[in-house]
Amino acid sequence: MSDVRLLTSAFDPAEELCAFTAALPMAGGVVSFLGQVREGGGVEALELRHYDPLTLPAMRDLAGRVRLRWELDGLLVIHRSGVLVPGEPIVLVAAAARHRRDAFAAADFAMDHLKSESWFWKREQVGGEWRWIEPRAQDIEDIGRWG
Amino acid sequence: MKAKLVFLGRLEEQAGRSFEDIAASAPLDWSALLERLGTELAEAVGAEKVKVALNGALVADKHGIILNDGDEIAFLPPVSGG
Repeated sequence: MSDVRLLTSAFDPAEELCAFTAALPMAGGVVSFLGQVREGGGVEALELRHYDPLTLPAMRDLAGRVRLRWELDGLLVIHRSGVLVPGEPIVLVAAAARHRRDAFAAADFAMDHLKSESWFWKREQVGGEWRWIEPRAQDIEDIGRWG
Repeated sequence: MKAKLVFLGRLEEQAGRSFEDIAASAPLDWSALLERLGTELAEAVGAEKVKVALNGALVADKHGIILNDGDEIAFLPPVSGG
């Protein structure tokens, strides 16, 4: 079971994780990652833009690759688009597997690829001014770990 | 023929619009399309790092595209990391 969603309004990560794990009693381990808007640097808001024809299909494609690479009982990928404020959840990834190592690796891989490859453009608002966020070299390096 | 141009990320800011409907008497190739955008914007979308999607599918070589009636072309600058 893969559940991949692109949301344009707020979600509750605890509720999502609860529902995900409840449906997978056969999984011995569930690893989750929650990304939230970082507070600091005077950032008032973060906006994520996406492109409908590409963004969700590419997220589904990534989920498919994760499922091929690791033996999982379930995979959850939720990503926000739209305007968010510091502390708000942006992304939730959870991988459920019979054994924990597959779950750790699958969640890690999914996050690295979501960060560097998925079709989102971000800009942040500081002092009332919006500025686009450039690609980070670190994200490209992170993805290189997987060969 | 009519087509839709979509500008993503910082290209939207540069273009001053998120999309544009265009009309032409015949299909447009890449250079004809750039000509319609004006020098500055043409340079921005022509940059090597800017990818192109035609009707929702990524194009391997944007220089070879032909824009036909009903097509939607999106200009995609590099995605932001986290």
